Amino acid sequence: MSALGAIIARDIRLAFRAGGGAAQGVTFFALTGVMFALAVGPDIALISKIAGPVLWTGALLATQISLDQIWRADREDGSLDVLVETSDMLALTALAKAFAHWAATALPLIIATPILGVMLNLPAEAYAPLAISLAIGTPGLSLIGCIAGALVVSLPRAHLLIAIIVSPLYVPILIFGSGAAMSDVGAPQYGANLMLLGATVLFAAILSPLASAAALRSNLD
Amino acid sequence: MNQQTTTESTRPSIEQAERVIFSASGLAVSRGGRPVLTNISVRAEPGDAVVLRGPNGVGKTTLLRAFAGLLRPDHGEVLFTDAADAGRIRDRSEASVFCGVLNAHKAALTLRENLNFWAALYNAPQTRIEAASAQLKLDPYSDYPAGALSTGLARRLGLARLMIAQRPVWFIDEPTASLDSASSENFVAQVEVHRRRGGLVVIATHDPLPLSGARIFELTTKVAA
Amino acid sequence: MNLLNDLANPVRFERYARMIFPAVLGFALLTGAAGLYFALFNSPADYQQGEAVRIMYVHVPAAWMSMFCYSVMAGASAVGFIWKHPLADVAAKETAPLGAGFTILALFTGSLWGKPMWGAWWVWDARLTSVLVLLFLYLGYMALWRAIPDKARAARLAAILAIVGFVNVPVIKFSVEWWNSLHQPASIIRADGPTIDGAMLTPLLLMIAAYMSAYVAMLLPSIRNELTARRLARLQFVDETRAAELVEQ
Repeated sequence: MSALGAIIARDIRLAFRAGGGAAQGVTFFALTGVMFALAVGPDIALISKIAGPVLWTGALLATQISLDQIWRADREDGSLDVLVETSDMLALTALAKAFAHWAATALPLIIATPILGVMLNLPAEAYAPLAISLAIGTPGLSLIGCIAGALVVSLPRAHLLIAIIVSPLYVPILIFGSGAAMSDVGAPQYGANLMLLGATVLFAAILSPLASAAALRSNLD
Repeated sequence: MNQQTTTESTRPSIEQAERVIFSASGLAVSRGGRPVLTNISVRAEPGDAVVLRGPNGVGKTTLLRAFAGLLRPDHGEVLFTDAADAGRIRDRSEASVFCGVLNAHKAALTLRENLNFWAALYNAPQTRIEAASAQLKLDPYSDYPAGALSTGLARRLGLARLMIAQRPVWFIDEPTASLDSASSENFVAQVEVHRRRGGLVVIATHDPLPLSGARIFELTTKVAA
Repeated sequence: MNLLNDLANPVRFERYARMIFPAVLGFALLTGAAGLYFALFNSPADYQQGEAVRIMYVHVPAAWMSMFCYSVMAGASAVGFIWKHPLADVAAKETAPLGAGFTILALFTGSLWGKPMWGAWWVWDARLTSVLVLLFLYLGYMALWRAIPDKARAARLAAILAIVGFVNVPVIKFSVEWWNSLHQPASIIRADGPTIDGAMLTPLLLMIAAYMSAYVAMLLPSIRNELTARRLARLQFVDETRAAELVEQ
């Protein structure tokens, strides 16, 4: 197996093993949906109207809580040294780590979305836009989060700092993603939102590996 | 590859290390804005064992990390050159492997999974995993989660990475601090095998390791003139 | 680059800073006073907005400065990151709170302006919303600086964040405008549109000059303080410890 493939496989395996974060992320995602419903009250029509944006926000938050671990876990046990030592291009390693984070945290959320959609009375025609916008948009969350995780890797604990750093950078993804999730499949806004979402994520895919690698190098000690 | 110059014979199955000269010149390192190391120069040839000594906090770990490229020095450079062709500079990632005080294993993975992961990163063949596992006597624990290993066993797992990587230059920080005497002797024997193959080691340690012909360096803070 | 190299020397920087500081401060006070006079007494009220339009002279330059300071911060960060120029690092760091201050002023005056226009203190107008996101970009940058004890490392990491933020600003701005246009009709206020009257332009330009020079006048002493603090810290270290050397036995 190639080195990058091995990193991805290892991270996904770790996430799904006992003590890994994958199950916790999905549980947290479900809880945000429940909390919103409880806060709004049992008004089915209102809940149904906001279900799409609520699930998008929930996915964003559930992705965000695990960002701190992307690099920190590897730094704390010494494997970050091994990753740095063996990589020909640290930026590619960062891309692999971001992909693994997406596969281990966002992918389970997308799979869990239909169940939460039923609970929040998501209109039938809104399932496809929600799932597709999440599938296109969540990699961007992992990519940008990967930069933030690399920036704070040498700090003892940084959940809050990461949230402050990434939230403004998440604005375009949230707007285009939630925008697409709320549009009808046939509507012109739907396609436009998805295109803009895709473009934003591609931009992040170029920026994130470079910025993450630079941050990691600055954090070596 | 260059012919071995040592008289001792090695088993044919053992891979020969590439012969690389390690040199650091004029290294200066600071941490947190504080100068820690200054004007460090050292050169080691194939077969050498360099032992770094010095009191706690003097900067042995920092120096090893600077050697291994895991820390950016303020001044100076670290070079790995081909022993046969001094003009040929070797890429650090191909020339050296660093083993710090942390063992770099994942507690949730089994011992074998950890070894396999390293083998993929260092592009090592399966036979090397088996050899490392056998030589460090880790075989009986292959399917244990690494988190369940005792401190000494976990250290042996960490040291196995050196043998999987098989880079010509080994940088090791306190290799034997948590090892019992048998394991410690066994580790020294592995280091000697590596040297006979043409490899070289740089070890920071407080333990008096019985390495033949080791060059001892003391890291000291100079008294003000 | 020659002048820049010159300025890297803190002593020389202090000399330059002391030299130009009074002039910059004087210019800021002068243009500010003149600008306010024109803005409050010697410019027409808007036929639509009435006297409330006068908030524009405080608001628009502040909004403009919020973006200008972020650009300066990102530019200085890039110079500091690439050429390891210590003064650039310090300039970037000290620009952040000033930029955040202008951003808060822009949000506050924008909100005051919005009350008579929209009947609410806050509306999710595209321009105001992007300025709000910009404020959070500043806060994140400042939080990262504060969190990292090693100044040299903090400078490098904060520089990366500033650059990442800067290249994302156009994307954020566009996305917020897009979001706004989809969800509500375009706003009625077009402060910087082509409809600006000549009599409004004079106070606006004066106020922009005042804000700019006020920024420089505040930046110079902050940089000086930071440089002095660092020099003190370095002196302490030199007294405390000595770097180790390697000696073969």
